[in-house]
Amino acid sequence: MKTLGFAAGVAATITLLSSTSAFAVTEISWWHAMTGANNEVVNQLSDEFNKSQSDYKIVPVFKGTYPETLNAGIAAFRAKQPPAIMQVFDAGTGTMMGAEGAIKPVAEILSMGGQAFDKSQYLPGIVAYYSKPDGTMLSFPYNSSSPILYYNKDIFQKAGLDVDNPPKTWDQVWDAAKKIKSSGAAPCGFTSTWLSWIHTENFAAWNNLSYGTNENGIGGTDVELKINAPAFVKHFQELADLAKDGTFKYGGRTSEAKQIFLAGECGIFTESSGGLGDIVKSGMNYGTGQLPYEADAAGAPQNTIPGGASLWVFAGLPEEQYKGVAAFFNFLSQTPIQARLHQVSGYLPVTLAAYEETKKSGFYDKNPAREIPIKQMMGKAPTENSKGVRLVNLPQVRDIENEELEKMLAGQQTAQQALDNTVARGNKAIQEAIGN
Amino acid sequence: MSPRVVFPNKILPYLLVAPQLAITLVFFYWPASQALRQSMLREDPFGLSSKFVWFDNFKKVLSDPNYLNSIQVTAIFSISVAAVAMGTALLLAVMAEKVVRSRGLYRTLMIWPYAVAPAIAGMLWLFLFNPSIGSLAYGLRWLGINWDPLLDGSQAMALVVAAASWKQISYNFLFFVAGLQAIPKTLIEAAAIDGAKPFKRFWTIVFPLLAPTTFFLLVVNTVYAFFDTFGIIHAVTGGGPGKATETLVYKVYNDGFVNLILGDSAAQSVILMIIVIALTAIQFRYVEKKVHYG
Repeated sequence: MKTLGFAAGVAATITLLSSTSAFAVTEISWWHAMTGANNEVVNQLSDEFNKSQSDYKIVPVFKGTYPETLNAGIAAFRAKQPPAIMQVFDAGTGTMMGAEGAIKPVAEILSMGGQAFDKSQYLPGIVAYYSKPDGTMLSFPYNSSSPILYYNKDIFQKAGLDVDNPPKTWDQVWDAAKKIKSSGAAPCGFTSTWLSWIHTENFAAWNNLSYGTNENGIGGTDVELKINAPAFVKHFQELADLAKDGTFKYGGRTSEAKQIFLAGECGIFTESSGGLGDIVKSGMNYGTGQLPYEADAAGAPQNTIPGGASLWVFAGLPEEQYKGVAAFFNFLSQTPIQARLHQVSGYLPVTLAAYEETKKSGFYDKNPAREIPIKQMMGKAPTENSKGVRLVNLPQVRDIENEELEKMLAGQQTAQQALDNTVARGNKAIQEAIGN
Repeated sequence: MSPRVVFPNKILPYLLVAPQLAITLVFFYWPASQALRQSMLREDPFGLSSKFVWFDNFKKVLSDPNYLNSIQVTAIFSISVAAVAMGTALLLAVMAEKVVRSRGLYRTLMIWPYAVAPAIAGMLWLFLFNPSIGSLAYGLRWLGINWDPLLDGSQAMALVVAAASWKQISYNFLFFVAGLQAIPKTLIEAAAIDGAKPFKRFWTIVFPLLAPTTFFLLVVNTVYAFFDTFGIIHAVTGGGPGKATETLVYKVYNDGFVNLILGDSAAQSVILMIIVIALTAIQFRYVEKKVHYG
């Protein structure tokens, strides 16, 4: 913090010396949770924006992990010193939406910047996720991703599988995974990050199954979970059975399984499209495919739902700051910036124009993996099952899912028991969270 | 009875304790009263609406099976950590006493781990025993053990107990070495002349004379296992698998800062405060009386 303050001080001094208009600069703090290469992108974007004009200055501050950033923001709000912009992860969206008096809708802010806000320019699947039931966009999508399938081509070759045709349905995945294991091509066939996000929330949307009542919470906060329906039970029982002999290997609740895949232990892997960077960096001979679906689910594949994070703006700030935030968001929405962000970071583009431009440039011919999540999200108009999952306490419900699924994978309970427990405990937690 | 100091000035003694009182007020009574207040409120994370509910949060917490599970986990964890950390340290201290050459070097090496931060210690053990990349995990698997702390609750518990104890052994070692040095050699020599074997000498002379040290360490280790092991659990298991390693302190954090249920979390910290006050009172009142101070 001291170094940061010092650096900011130095920067301020330099600005003061270099231009006289600096006296009118409005500082806008941006709390975020980006590490490594993504942190550099945040700093670079702020830098470019600050240089592009002289009225506002974005000050990015790293606040730790996603939950830590959210907590820091909440604590700051309670202490009446919130930042202007805060990055909140997908699962925290419901929490922020529930806090109506604490936030200012981004749609409102964008029109304060002088430009009329045109929602149709933005990718519908993403915008819908960050909007109120009446369609008002509440937060600015910054980094969006969706789960896709990765596979290790060397392991596929050794196991005698078709290197150019990744499995499309879950049954095909299980068959391929068993073959990888039995042929000795790798010690494990399949692993996955985020069982909650990929195998429950996205599994529901992609197969057009209901995750919970009230449009999975998009239509209202009072939600009854539906994830103990037969299709979910079947899927998780298959996973539990495969876990017994190690054909499926569990890595952990969040992204830990990536290490297992990168170490060449498992042949097939489902993970966020945002995880591509690390796989490319590892130098693995990898392939990508769409997220698998259930062959017998009616209408599957439907569409996947976004993960990642969006930028929220706190309420009760001076007018000047909002104008600055609007200018910054308009800056971020520019086609060249969005196209570059998308191509460099692997996040989805936020605007349609950026997608079109990237397509025209021939980028996807060379990097087909980058287009998979976009196609998954844009293929079909979302149904009431596939707009997203929004619970006031989604992190807590995910925790409950993880706890019960871990007990299931350890052989202490069946998939039916695990999901029944999840639904019972989850429903109780949701009712408490909405104040009943 | 220690002699009483009588101050001629009436205000001076209060002035002398004032800094300590101020610190206690700011860092203990004020936050404690805040926790107490919060524990009777039901509030949304942002504090936009809040309702005074008296003891409802306590009722809810105490009837929650997960909380009872957490009490059990904490009991197993604390007893294991205290036993392993103190047992190993005592063994090492007695052994180090027997070393004749470069005793100082041995001691320094033993004390070293104490300087490692809890989260770092946790990461260290996490990597060593990571099922896919850990070097010691390979060894365990080679021995035919199906090592998977990500799913096996007892293995996860063993891992956090090991990491937490490992960090505390140095501290205990230091005190046991000091305690051993305070025991007059003549007593042991006299016993040896009377024909007592080393084990008998340890059990009948050394161990009872170490009782004050052991008692002190028991208190310190229990408090350590209760409160200072959060970093290790956070880094190694995150309370999982299931809720197998969710101790009381970890649950306070998880409910308050991850799940944002502030009332429950505050009620739990108030209960924790009561437990600690009770524990300390019992230990000093009853256990201390039985300790022989030589």
